[in-house]
Amino acid sequence: MMAASSSRSCLQYVFHLAQDNLDFRLPEILALLALREKPFHPDGKFKEKSPYWCLNGLSEVDVRAIMARSVCAKSAFELWGHGHTQSELRTSLLNYPSENMAPFMHKDSKYKINVYTFNKTLLFADRIKRIDALDYLPFEGTVSLKNPQHIFCMLEDYGSDPNNIPEHPNYIYFGRWIADGQRELIRSHSVKNRHFIGNTSMDAGLSFIMANHAKVKENDLVYDPFVGTGSLLVACSHFGAYVCGTDIDYNTIHGKGRSSRINQKWRGPDENIRANLRQYGIEKMYLDVMVSDASKSVWREAALFDAIITDPPYGIRESTRRTGSHKEITKPADGIYAESHVPVTQAYHLSDIFTDLLNFSAHHLVLGGRLVYWLPVYRPEYCEEMVPLNPCLQLISNCEQTLSSHTSRRLITMEKIKEPEDLDSLDHLADPRFSPYQGHNAFREKYFSGLNKRRGKEDNKSDFNVLPASSSPPHPFHLCPLLLSLFLKDELPEGGEGRCFGTMAPD
Amino acid sequence: MKLLTHNMLTSHVKGVTKGFPLLIKATEVKVNEVEFNSQFVSRMIPKLEWGALVQAAEELGHRQDLPGELVPNYETNEDFLKKVHRVLLEVEVVEGCLQCPESGREFPISRGIPNMLLNEDEV
Repeated sequence: MMAASSSRSCLQYVFHLAQDNLDFRLPEILALLALREKPFHPDGKFKEKSPYWCLNGLSEVDVRAIMARSVCAKSAFELWGHGHTQSELRTSLLNYPSENMAPFMHKDSKYKINVYTFNKTLLFADRIKRIDALDYLPFEGTVSLKNPQHIFCMLEDYGSDPNNIPEHPNYIYFGRWIADGQRELIRSHSVKNRHFIGNTSMDAGLSFIMANHAKVKENDLVYDPFVGTGSLLVACSHFGAYVCGTDIDYNTIHGKGRSSRINQKWRGPDENIRANLRQYGIEKMYLDVMVSDASKSVWREAALFDAIITDPPYGIRESTRRTGSHKEITKPADGIYAESHVPVTQAYHLSDIFTDLLNFSAHHLVLGGRLVYWLPVYRPEYCEEMVPLNPCLQLISNCEQTLSSHTSRRLITMEKIKEPEDLDSLDHLADPRFSPYQGHNAFREKYFSGLNKRRGKEDNKSDFNVLPASSSPPHPFHLCPLLLSLFLKDELPEGGEGRCFGTMAPD
Repeated sequence: MKLLTHNMLTSHVKGVTKGFPLLIKATEVKVNEVEFNSQFVSRMIPKLEWGALVQAAEELGHRQDLPGELVPNYETNEDFLKKVHRVLLEVEVVEGCLQCPESGREFPISRGIPNMLLNEDEV
């Protein structure tokens, strides 16, 4: 190791990442690095799927800032040594400049050493052996398990195959603990404990990941055009952004109507987005929510938003005339649906939703601002060409969350790179990608076809243009809640908090 | 509805060419204290249509001594930023409506939430 590496600016850090939402981790860390205008400089051994990433070119301040935001990272350490074997680790550690270690090992200090193993559980005695084996390091302080000033950690990587766990680790790292990531937010902001939720409330972990992908930062102005119960706004405001949202559903925006909780029939008097922010002590970040149709922008023509972050409905727009009214119930001609269903006059094609969303973002994002949204995908037919483009928006990342063997949704992140010109909004028509992406109009049919089989009924309507009158209309997840609860309960990936279901099932 | 939001809204009624700013007809206005954040206010000011903000504050009787023209070097003028903060984030229209300046179409505001939906024949 060269003497130059003793400079504290050349330290290497190892990030320990959680092994869920694997696709989402790299874009998250890249976005958080970009927020600090830092490059991504992994070491030569970098593997995206590994739980350990070694990064160069960062300062401790950078690392702390990233850990203060990351939901994908568990912890970060200043790397002191590493190797394939204990012997390699020893050589590496003994080569680490002692002046870099000294400030953390002096005799007045209190410290502790942890051993963390990935894909293997060590006996307590074996952990102690690992720690004792480090006697070649000049620790002069006293051990304090309860109140250490410095925490050191040995990280052992036993690979990723739980059915083939090696006796010895594939790789070992040793370093000084710097900070933990924000995994705790997944629990503290769980929708299970949230005041106001809906059937499609985004789980907390993914909401924070979306806010990170969007590079949301303090004093930003963030907008969600399909705001629902405001899960994404909660995450963005947690990171210091001022938030606003719109939704076509009057009842959701006003916190009226049926509850999504299993043991509660109607929503309480103060179940709304503002109360959600209040619950987390960040009501000051609340700007406004409005009842509005995302396809008809109410915002004046200007680059207003630093980020647009949303989970668009998967395909239906309610007749605006009927919003909030249950009076005009009519019986569908085919008589398949019960009287409690209101026919809808207009379907909002998926491709139109996304074209509109990108076009809106091109006009209303600031330069460098990001759009982050979910694109539902029928997996057997998915190809990258289906991801909608816009000349003003650059695709930054595209991460898959699998929902079932044949369906998934992809988290798309785009960044505004130029102001729109008159013809830009029409560019998608000439774009060769536009045609395959049109196939999305048939998406719901395919997406739901498996469900209808499960339900044991004929697929007698290809278009879900009928709504239960008693529920919130525009999101197709509201359309057949019973069906969907079967679907999503069974098939949400492990580790996700899932969506909340309750009394939305048709009576 | 806060006046920051109002400052960003426009009428989207079919055929309307000059839909900004929407007129505010308020029947209930309240002032909610919101923590002052000079950086956020400074960041928002370049995005504002200043004249429309002053006009809206005037209509609601909350202009106080907000100047008709944006003051120079406002970033360092905390006194001024606090006045803007109050108008942008603390004054809220609870009940009333927004009116399109060209077509006269009204959008109701109830419990602080504007309803901007149009009927089918208006889109």
